[in-house]
Amino acid sequence: MDNSMCLRIKAIESNESFARSVVSAFCVGNNPSLETVNDIKTAISEAVTNSIVHGYTKYEGDILLEATIKDDLLTVRVIDYGIGILDVDTALGDYYTTEKNGERSGLGFTIMQSFMDSLEVESVMGAGTTVTMTKKLNV
Amino acid sequence: MIVSTTKNNNNICINLEGELDQSVASKLRTQLDDYLLNTQAKNVIFNLDKLKFMDSTGIGLIMGRYKKLNAKKIAVFITNPNKQIDKVLTISGIYKIIPKI
Repeated sequence: MDNSMCLRIKAIESNESFARSVVSAFCVGNNPSLETVNDIKTAISEAVTNSIVHGYTKYEGDILLEATIKDDLLTVRVIDYGIGILDVDTALGDYYTTEKNGERSGLGFTIMQSFMDSLEVESVMGAGTTVTMTKKLNV
Repeated sequence: MIVSTTKNNNNICINLEGELDQSVASKLRTQLDDYLLNTQAKNVIFNLDKLKFMDSTGIGLIMGRYKKLNAKKIAVFITNPNKQIDKVLTISGIYKIIPKI
């Protein structure tokens, strides 16, 4: 069954669990395996955390979650209107983090890439970042 | 997130329960650092038996505690991760530094 959803949430830490639960609940109608659901949950958690921790460091804002299912393929977009990423290529590298004094692992994009089938990151400095990920729900 | 500890002989077991993400990391970090500050233990074991979900925030948190404990020559281990958490831990390469037992 083809389907679509859209959710706008405030970019705050307590919404991370809500965001990943909503997207995984959206997928269950297609009967994905538990592992697939958990992969999606983890990837959403990473993307939303990035927006909160890195995108909205200087001001508050919203995160938009858009998802579609078409022919058993989930496409999910996590959109923020935060500071943006200066160099997407570098940011996608393993263990890369701008939070040198924090305890970030620098693995967010690495996990999104390996848990999902595809990952695309578009970013405009000062305007925000859109992360698009796809995953086949039944392999 | 619920955290409890069990101690026997030279081992401290940190039992994490619930979901570990950015929303609980800062409080958990402070709780663990306070608890481990003056520890005389030789081994610290993160027991993830009741942890339902963890993202890369957990990697940063465990690595942060490892660095502090390693400086005091205390060994750190991870035990009982579920499949989702094991996958995150494996991709991170953390098991090369903090063995799974």
